[in-house]
Amino acid sequence: MALEKITAVTGRAVYVPGNDIDTDRIIPARFMKCVTFDGLGEFLFHDVRKNADGTDQAHPLNDPRFRGATILLSGANFGCGSSREHAPQAIQKYGFRAVVAESFAEIFFGNCTTLGIPCAAAARADIARLAAAIAADPSLAVTLDVAAGEIRFGGQAIPAEVRPAARDALIHGRWDAIGELLEGLPAVQALATRTPYLAA
Amino acid sequence: MAKSLFEKVWAAHAVRTLANGQTQLLIGTHLIHEVTSPQAFGMLRDLGLKVAMPHRTFATVDHIVPTDQLVEPYRDPLAQAMMEELRRNCAESGITFFDRATGKQGIVHIVGPEQGITQPGTTIACGDSHTSTHGAFGAVAFGIGTTQIRDVLATQTMALGKLKVRRINVRGRLRPGVYAKDVILHIIRVLGVNGGTGYAYEYGGEVFDRFSMEERMTVCNMSIEGGARAGYVNPDQTTFDYLRGRPYSPQGAAWDAAVERWRGFASDPGCPYDDIVTIEAADIAPTVTWGINPGQGIAITESIPDPTHATAADERASIEEALAYMKLRPGAAIKGTRIDVAFIGSCTNGRLSDFREVARHVRGRRVAPGVKAIAVPGSQIVALQCEKEGIDQVLRDAGFEWRAAGCSMCLAMNPDKLIGDQLCASSSNRNFKGRQGSPTGRTLLMSPLMVAAAAVTGTVADAREVFAVNS
Repeated sequence: MALEKITAVTGRAVYVPGNDIDTDRIIPARFMKCVTFDGLGEFLFHDVRKNADGTDQAHPLNDPRFRGATILLSGANFGCGSSREHAPQAIQKYGFRAVVAESFAEIFFGNCTTLGIPCAAAARADIARLAAAIAADPSLAVTLDVAAGEIRFGGQAIPAEVRPAARDALIHGRWDAIGELLEGLPAVQALATRTPYLAA
Repeated sequence: MAKSLFEKVWAAHAVRTLANGQTQLLIGTHLIHEVTSPQAFGMLRDLGLKVAMPHRTFATVDHIVPTDQLVEPYRDPLAQAMMEELRRNCAESGITFFDRATGKQGIVHIVGPEQGITQPGTTIACGDSHTSTHGAFGAVAFGIGTTQIRDVLATQTMALGKLKVRRINVRGRLRPGVYAKDVILHIIRVLGVNGGTGYAYEYGGEVFDRFSMEERMTVCNMSIEGGARAGYVNPDQTTFDYLRGRPYSPQGAAWDAAVERWRGFASDPGCPYDDIVTIEAADIAPTVTWGINPGQGIAITESIPDPTHATAADERASIEEALAYMKLRPGAAIKGTRIDVAFIGSCTNGRLSDFREVARHVRGRRVAPGVKAIAVPGSQIVALQCEKEGIDQVLRDAGFEWRAAGCSMCLAMNPDKLIGDQLCASSSNRNFKGRQGSPTGRTLLMSPLMVAAAAVTGTVADAREVFAVNS
């Protein structure tokens, strides 16, 4: 199955500020009582977007000016905590196609890449600059150029790197590894046979 | 050349290099549970694939099981559906399922070691970030997402970039009343919640040499809270003594050969590390978190941080955000803070030694009025042993509820949840906003004995004083 080559993502962006935003915040555990990922999008950031009575809290995703944004901006160590793929699934099903942050937690980064969501790291000052630009003009077109490692908006450009292995996988349409892993099965069986605890 | 355990295990399981430079890594042992696996089985069906090595895949049910209801159907139909889905997937694929009826069910990170499935020199993956627990045995163990679960089911491998290794030495001797939980909370406080990004943590030094397997598991369990995807301790006689005679441990002549092989995986003396950190055991105190991530911890004798004393704008903002959520006063002592709930359990601290230590000290004491205290064994085997030793009765007599095995209030995917902004003294691993099931619920992480001290006094307390711990 040929995968899409994800070389760039263009769209509007929304800034969700904060460091150490964990995957429980992105998708609270009670919404994981499901056997498919369908429908997770509406619960993205649920507990910081909704009050107990179901009314909206002040949150960038509730701001109508940013409705339809496809690029999510945030701070350092984004996606820390639980390994739940429900977090990137919720982000994707909500409509985001890329995440830009100061840094990413390891498991979250890998989970996103496997779903074809580029996670690009940018410097704090550059994220602030981009956040200011979209605050001033929420309709601003923002392009994350995965291949070139930069974000362009309103005549400006800032560096935004997707780590090399992920970048390579995305731009060459190899972000879902299953095809390649299956090709390796004969070698896997051979290694397993030579591995004492697996051979037994 | 001298090599670390991580290097040796990686080399022994590397199948080949993939086009993007990552390694196709053989995963010897795959552990699955009800929350993160059903979608992976769905993906397999969509692709027309089968489970490659069902005999190397083991399942249990932990996150959603009610701890106060054993008979199915569960009151929550979604929980029941997940239970049945796992049962069906295991039956169809020929996967061993430690279901409740087997008497071996429990939290996946407690079941693996208990059965002897977790072994030195192996690779382990599980769709749960606390899979690092298994590193206590000198295994290299990764928490993975659901698409990677699909990969491991279909190929017994996954695509992964190699990690760097940071050796963390904890030198000297722990002071009385200081536990493995305090060691890891201290390490995370020192190195930060993202200090381990890109690393596997190798824990060692005199403290780890003396630690039991259960103490090593407590530390390795929370590696991910420090950002490290894996954490491990080199296998030694303590490891082998723990594993001898367990259901999945090698027997007879195969045992001796296995021990020899396992010894060979330990890091060679003088091997290179990407980083080395040394921590003095004497600097570690009973530790309590005050904030909304596991790195926001202080010694029980310290005061809650004051954002006006923060050195950076970032730090100030994060303290302010945490205190606003936690409704705690800057500069106040953490000791004396009133609690509503006390929870002892989880894959971090739900093992036999945790309950033994608590029972030894709470015998004859009473949970303070107004405090809801629950004790949840991490597995049916832990529960049974506690019941044989009378630990359950000691805890019940003290006013704790004694529950059935499961993840319980650690993440509240089951009926055990905080209500409103209740403050919970918890032996679990995460104090994130809303983690324990209420969007405004508040969590203070600490060792099981510190939870017990909070339970009997009704406030955050120094267990060393409450229980006169001095040896």
